[in-house]
Formats: sequence, C-alpha cells, structure tokens
Amino acid sequence: MTIPLRLTLNGQPREIALDDPRVTLLDLLRERLGLTGAKKGCDRGQCGACTVLVDGRRINSCLTLAASLDGAEVLTIEGLAEGDRLHPVQAAFIAHDGFQCGFCTPGQIMSAVGLIREGHAGTDPERIREGMSGNLCRCGAYAGILDAVQDAAARTEHREDAA
Amino acid sequence: MRRFDYIRPASVPEALAAGQVPGTAFLAAGTNLVDLMKGGVATPERIVDITRLPGLSAIERLPDGTTRVGALVRNSDLAYDPAFAKAYPMVAEALLAGASAQLRNAATVGGNLMQRTRCQYFTDAVSPCNKRAPGSGCAALGHATRIHAVQGWSEHCIATHPSDFCVPLAALDAVVEIAGPDGAREVPLTAFHLLPGDHPERETDLRQAELITALRLPPEAASFRGHARYLKVRDRTSYAFAVVSAAAALTLEAGGRIGQARLALGGLALKPWRVAEAEAALAGQAPVPEAFAKAADAALAGAKPTGEANAFKIELARRVAIRALTQAAAGTPARIPALPASPFGIV
Repeated sequence: MTIPLRLTLNGQPREIALDDPRVTLLDLLRERLGLTGAKKGCDRGQCGACTVLVDGRRINSCLTLAASLDGAEVLTIEGLAEGDRLHPVQAAFIAHDGFQCGFCTPGQIMSAVGLIREGHAGTDPERIREGMSGNLCRCGAYAGILDAVQDAAARTEHREDAA
Repeated sequence: MRRFDYIRPASVPEALAAGQVPGTAFLAAGTNLVDLMKGGVATPERIVDITRLPGLSAIERLPDGTTRVGALVRNSDLAYDPAFAKAYPMVAEALLAGASAQLRNAATVGGNLMQRTRCQYFTDAVSPCNKRAPGSGCAALGHATRIHAVQGWSEHCIATHPSDFCVPLAALDAVVEIAGPDGAREVPLTAFHLLPGDHPERETDLRQAELITALRLPPEAASFRGHARYLKVRDRTSYAFAVVSAAAALTLEAGGRIGQARLALGGLALKPWRVAEAEAALAGQAPVPEAFAKAADAALAGAKPTGEANAFKIELARRVAIRALTQAAAGTPARIPALPASPFGIV
C-alpha cells in the first residue's frame, strides 16, 4: 500500500509516495530525502534534537507520522538561511557560542525560531528557559543558548517595531 | 514498530465506520500513541488518522456562556487563546505546565484525555502489568512507586493518570462529547476515566469506535476566573509529570467569605481526585489557613499508600492543596507566571 503525500518542504512542493505508514517525519527527512540536519537523539520526543516547524509551529518530528502530514508545510534547518545569509537565530548562536559539540544545535535553533514566532517569551530569560525546556544540550551550553535566543528575540522585536 | 494498516477518513462518520474493526486505534497528533508504538506497548493493527478531520478544531463560546472546545484543538492554541485563558486561567496554567512547547504545539485536547499512564512498569513493555496484559499481575506493587497512586487503586493496578489539563477540567465540571456508531452522547469528565478495580485494562468510558469530538465547560465555570490556580510539584521545574498537583478555585463574596469552592488533585489516582466534602467544607468560610487545612484533610480522606515508597505523597498532597487554595484566594495573577504552576518564583 503506497500512501501519497504532498508536502511543501523548505519552500519547495514535493510529492512523495510513502511505502510504509510507520515512517516518521524525522526518518522521511533523514533517510529518504537526504536532509540530515534534524537529528535523531532519543527518538521518543524527550530531547528536542529533531525539532522542525510544521505549518509554522515547532514540533518533534520523531513523534509525527509522515503520512499524517499530507498538505503540510515543513521547514527544517536546511531551509532557514537565505543563500549564504544566515537566519538571525543562526547568527546569534555563532555570536554567543550557543553550542559545543553541535548535535542538538539544529533542534535548538528551530525551537528558538518557533519560540520567537510564538511571541510569548520576549527577552525574559525565565520565559525563554521555560520555553526552550523541550531541547536538551548534554554539553551544557545553556548559558550561550539563552544569550543567543535573547539577542535574536531582541533583534526580531526591533525589526518588527521598525516595520 | 509493528506493521499497521493506515486509513485516512475524510469525515467523522467515515472515521467512526473505520473504527469499528477490533484492533483499530485513532491517531491524532500521536505524541503519546506513536511513542507507545515505538516501545511495543501499543500494537494497533489499524490506524485511523483523524488529524485533519474537519469540524473538530474550533473554540466556541455559546450564547449561554458555555465554552466548547473541539477535540483536535492543540494544547498550546487553547492555552494561548486570550478569551479562554481569561475565563479559565487555571486550565491555561495547567496546559502550559505540561510537557514541552513542541509537544503542546502538536498534542490535541482529545488526545490529552486519552493519554496513557506513565507507570514505568506499563511503559517498559515487559514487566507484568494488568493494564497492558490482563491477568499478568502488577510489577509496580512494592517497587518504585513515586508516581503511583494513593487514592482509588486496587491490588491489580496502582497507576496514576498523568494529565495536568484534566485536573482543573474535573474541578470545573467539564463534559466530554462523544460520537459513536450508535449516535452522540456525553459524559462528565469525572466519570470518563475509570478507576482500576478488577479491570485495569478498561481505562475510559469510551466504547469501541467511539471518538471524543469536544469538551464543554459549563457557564458557571467562568465564575471562578478571579480566584483560580493550578499548582504542580514535580522532580524538575519544567518538562516533567506531576508527583502531586492541585487545581483550586474559589468565588469570594462581598464580605470576603468563600461562596463556592472547587478542588481537584492530580498525581494521586487514575483520574483527577475531586471530593465533594472538601468543597462543601469551604463554602461560607473565611479564606483562612484553618479552613483550607480542613478541606485538604477531606480531600485526602481514605488515602492509602501502596507501600513505604509513596507514603510521603499523602502529606505532600495535603500541603499542595492548602497552598493552591491559598494562592487562589490571593487572586489569579494578571499574567501566567514565567514558570507555570511552579511552587518556585514569584506568585
């Protein structure tokens, strides 16, 4: 049984014939579409390394059956930069040293992009920490991650004020 | 993960028809079901994907003041709906105290009710468990029972229901709307989850092929908006299930006395624990610590640990109930705190 699946993936329309309904969005991205930015950490929704945006919202791609996403818009870390121009959250992670080994970083960055879009945390450090609690960093780069998210949130707010 | 057939119906009637085959599970976001399938705890032969069914995603305010929430409304959308959060602040606070932002963005209201216990002997897929494999026994009894029941348990099952959301819903007399092959019906949330008794494999009042379509909060539920709090005590400040939690709501009369009181406790049983005597003990009383202590004692009446390891939960629940009532009396904060439902931080 083949399941037809239409996705907009990083802005590009894709038509996928899914041969197995057990495939998660994470496995579809990594194993079948060659997008290995989203990471398989725990594969059980606990670590956040697989975070991507679906219809503009951050979710755990490891717990989402790809078959259930027909018609959805998916944004992964690969679709964030515009050519060589980094997304402000990516730039902020580099500027503030928001990582060590880098394994959790794509998930952290996608989660931060989602958090800033949601608009409930602002630059409040306590609300950012709480809002990012679904992303674990075993290197313990949390201080840099917080600085990066605060900085990117402030720049985004500033840009929206100006617009 | 076991292989399954995948069916994507286009309407509720189609979903109900597809759900009639034994071995079928409905899939909403899957944040709990897919996890259990990966672990071999849930092994459905057929998945009926209701994720994109039309007509189940609205938050409606009815003319009489009832609020109706479609079963597929996402947890975060409900928590951040300004009118909903204003009318039912402790429900919004409980939602934001649960899981992580990613999970709340995906998980649905109906799925929250349907989530399974986090008893580690249930989720490990191998221990004896009467819920997972009826008749095999209960491996939790006498072992690590920090998250296990002190109310309403039986010798066959000592698990707890893990939802935060359901605790204030129970306190506010929420009603579950259900569609089924034999038509629509409804059941109070407090009767939706079943205590284990002799049949812990039966978890809810739902019958084969029945589907939750909506939740309703009755008009009077909004009258507690000024004095309502959810308090959750857990092993980490964020992204952890409750060891014990409490939803407390009061109406205060002109003279400062309590009009009506609502109190439900989480983490104690296989359903939110609500005791009429505890609420009755508060009506007409001044909102003082002695009154709250009496209510908490009534809420914990009959509590019994399953062993030494969870005996502490009875006194902890008593204190959490008193503190939640104290916070409710002080008034709902203008904004949900940065750490929702936490005993730490300001408010």
